[in-house]
Amino acid sequence: MGEPIIRVENFTAAYDDHLIIDDISFEVLPGEVFVILGGSGCGKSTLLKHMIGLYPPARGRILIEGRDMATAAGEDRLAILKRIGVMYQMGALFGSMTLLENVRLPLEEYTDLPDDALDAIGRMKLHLVGLKGFENHMPSEISGGMKKRAAIARAMALDPRILFLDEPSAGLDPITSAELDQLILRLARGLGITFVVVTHELPSIDAIADRVIMLDKRVKKIVATGKPAELKQTSTNPWVRQFFNRQAESA
Amino acid sequence: MPSGATLDIQQQGEILSFVLKGRLDSESTGSVWRQAFRALEGAPGRLRTIDAAGIDYCDGAGIGLLVELRRRGGPEVEIRGLAGKFRPLLDLFPPVPPEPIHGKPQKPSLPEEVGRATMAVLRDLGRQVTFIGELISALGAAVLRPGSIRWSDAFRVAEEAGVNALPIISLMGFLIGLILAFQSASQLKIMGAEVFVADLVAVSVVRELGPLMTAILLAGRSGAAFAAEIGTMKVNEEVDALTTMGLAPVRFLVVPRVLAGLLMGPLLTLYFDLVALVGGAVVVTSFGHGLVVYALHVQNALTVTMFVSGMLKTVAFGLIIASVGCQRGLQTGTGAVAVGLSTTRSVVAGILLTILMDGLFASVYFALGI
Repeated sequence: MGEPIIRVENFTAAYDDHLIIDDISFEVLPGEVFVILGGSGCGKSTLLKHMIGLYPPARGRILIEGRDMATAAGEDRLAILKRIGVMYQMGALFGSMTLLENVRLPLEEYTDLPDDALDAIGRMKLHLVGLKGFENHMPSEISGGMKKRAAIARAMALDPRILFLDEPSAGLDPITSAELDQLILRLARGLGITFVVVTHELPSIDAIADRVIMLDKRVKKIVATGKPAELKQTSTNPWVRQFFNRQAESA
Repeated sequence: MPSGATLDIQQQGEILSFVLKGRLDSESTGSVWRQAFRALEGAPGRLRTIDAAGIDYCDGAGIGLLVELRRRGGPEVEIRGLAGKFRPLLDLFPPVPPEPIHGKPQKPSLPEEVGRATMAVLRDLGRQVTFIGELISALGAAVLRPGSIRWSDAFRVAEEAGVNALPIISLMGFLIGLILAFQSASQLKIMGAEVFVADLVAVSVVRELGPLMTAILLAGRSGAAFAAEIGTMKVNEEVDALTTMGLAPVRFLVVPRVLAGLLMGPLLTLYFDLVALVGGAVVVTSFGHGLVVYALHVQNALTVTMFVSGMLKTVAFGLIIASVGCQRGLQTGTGAVAVGLSTTRSVVAGILLTILMDGLFASVYFALGI
């Protein structure tokens, strides 16, 4: 698989003086579906927001294709941002635009394609995520699962190499959630997109994850790394086993 | 339905025993709770046993009572005969004093509080400076490359902030002109100079009232709308989404609104001035003077400098109100409360800064002799 596409080195996250993640390192390989796991409040979303460059790390660095988001500015930063796409937890579609306009927006801003090409590409992306026929709907007119799929379509508008998904299956019914998993797999295997997914939904993890890391809020570190099937059977960490076996924590 | 729960208190010398019976649920536990703790405070003895055999239903409130009684009485309190199905609930709470809630912030000392508040003000100031810098550079870039401006957004906002404000501006302008004319007429009449009402209305509206009233209206209507709209986008992660697309929120969201504010401030003020003059005309003609006389007086009273100085102010007001609204919106925290807070702040800061700016203009104009 070659060089890692994302490198997280000695990364520490903190809000003011409140430590959230303490000195972790890991790598994501190109083309894999990499899942960040952990219980509520363990810093999964925080890690993701740092990886996509919304916040600078308190310590350490995060390299995307060898480039550091925290120090890159101007055109360099833009170059990295064009290589990634993000799906936010609630979709974060722009409420004043139709789905097609949402998907068109990055294309409009970054390419000089003619208007009909923008439309065609936008439609294609929406079709890819199964939203054919909803081009002119407003985000408020569609369901939660559709919003997430539209958000993936928008994230893919510029054909990024890496897609970051924040809790893609949260709040979805099992069937919609499974459809979304299928979509992720199709995009990963078919288009070679690298996925970094934050989730705590076990069925999703089983279906899509090539590799996972697991964060624990008590130690604020990674407590397990590897393939989910292996972790489930061989992990010596009781908390990891509990997580995979859906057991409540005993006193 | 029978009244839920009963408490029977038995006292033998130093020893207290409680007998609880019936249905201990959230509705019935309250009275028993008060009764039990009154007894504990009033009686000299110590609680030893709680007979719970008579409890036939017990929910969280009932378990809470048992746990609290056991905690108050100390480890020697024994709960007897509680039905097996309620036991696991009770066992969740060990009979020891609860640990202090983890992570609960202790009240900081006064110096610490002052220090934190100072840091918060400084951080806010830093953010303001950053925002002003970003806005200036974005406006500069917009002037250099007008193609990069999202004109469709700017026009949409201009329509909402401008055209849709016309009815309320008309009403306000007309009434202000009318009221001003009436109030001054009653004084000027004493000297038989009521025709000079025209001069008074014209000068005060064009120089001062028009720009100021329009600015206040703009702050309340559009500044608040900008803050709420951008604040909601912030809460919904839409602003984050823009950032990770590499589209600067300032260029994308703020510049169109500031441009709309810059344009609509003067235009609305111009309209306000005209309508206020109409209001004044209604009063003056009602005193028996012709419209021509009114128009001549207005024409004589007003100068081009006066008009331009008034318009110049409104440009500044429009800029301030639109940018404060956007800035407050972008600084919104998380949650619906934060949006409300941003909206309030945008209106308060918008009006305050407008009046400060008005004072500044007044002193500059005075110094220049305008």
